[in-house]
Amino acid sequence: MKTVITSTGNSLGSDFDLRFGRAAWFCLHDEESGECTFIENVNADDSNGAGLKVSERMVELGVGKVISGDFGPKAKDLLDKFNIQMVILQNEGATIQNILDKLK
Amino acid sequence: MSYKIAIASGKGGTGKTSVAVNLYHFLAREFTGNIQILDCDVEEPNDLLFFTEHKQGLQETINQLIPEIDAELCTYCRNCSEYCEFNALTIIPPVKFIQVNDVLCHSCGACSVACTEEALKEVKHSIGTVTNYDLGLGKGLLEGKLRIGSAMQTMLIKELKSRADSNCDILIFDAPPGTSCSVVQTVVDADFVVLVTEPTPFGLHDLKLTIELMKDLNKDFGVVINKAGLGSGETQEYLVQNNIEILGEIPFKREFAELYAEGLLGDHMSEDLKSDFIKIVNVLGQKILVNEGNYHS
Repeated sequence: MKTVITSTGNSLGSDFDLRFGRAAWFCLHDEESGECTFIENVNADDSNGAGLKVSERMVELGVGKVISGDFGPKAKDLLDKFNIQMVILQNEGATIQNILDKLK
Repeated sequence: MSYKIAIASGKGGTGKTSVAVNLYHFLAREFTGNIQILDCDVEEPNDLLFFTEHKQGLQETINQLIPEIDAELCTYCRNCSEYCEFNALTIIPPVKFIQVNDVLCHSCGACSVACTEEALKEVKHSIGTVTNYDLGLGKGLLEGKLRIGSAMQTMLIKELKSRADSNCDILIFDAPPGTSCSVVQTVVDADFVVLVTEPTPFGLHDLKLTIELMKDLNKDFGVVINKAGLGSGETQEYLVQNNIEILGEIPFKREFAELYAEGLLGDHMSEDLKSDFIKIVNVLGQKILVNEGNYHS
């Protein structure tokens, strides 16, 4: 399964981003290969509907689980429709590596 | 050509509505009956509360156009969703998913232009109403009321204004509080803006923001100090120092609050209170005459 963790930067040492639609980066983790790729969020500065656009991206990427600080109502609806699990983590200051370690 | 006066405030609760309805009342009494008031505070219009003898006239539903996508004709090319500035269209090709989010849609029509497959048609959705009221004085009230849940304030204000009686000598626009888009939409075509403030630190803080907005919009404006006597003299000092016209003051009085609470302004006020409003009306009257003079010469 693929998991996305919202990130403030593009490395494993970057801080976890508490925002979903307006996160700076996404860390895409593939459980099978153990590979991590970082994808920039092009919708981070959209005037509205960023969460919806990012959810659309999650569906396209074939993600099964998203870890973020919270999810807005429009994003929640769409992620729910595609059975994407939402994990809310209020861990400010944790790095992407910290969260990945917990997943194992 | 109507002379358009907008009433704005910045801070809420300064007395914008009471000033607006009283200006309407006394301008109609002292100046011309050919006057109409537009309640542009479409999220909570309450000018009507102060006209106890109103009769409802024509009510019109105002619609916005929101696209519907025909899944049979759609090729999932995503042109429409790329054109959409507001992220209102969700198209996910691999799973053949289409969704239109009507809260995000601003009815700009770009998606219809983008679609080459004629898969998109625009459907009417109500954003609120515009209602005409006879007030037994002047040409009456035109009230905009936004449908709960709609975020199309500016569109409704625009539609409301387009229905104003253009044969009127004077139009009064009662603006919403704040300095947001709906306030801009209300004051944008006004000839003069009356800013209502209260002499408190909050009142002054928000007044300064509103004054900045008026300067940005190149608007001619003056200030009415409501609840005068309350707080400190800071507001007066600021206005004098910055050379901003004070149109008049309305004293902080229990009598006013009591009448307001019962919806009894205008004729029901004491002579003292009336004269405070008549003074402001006379100042505005001068401006209207000067404007007319300029217009005819």
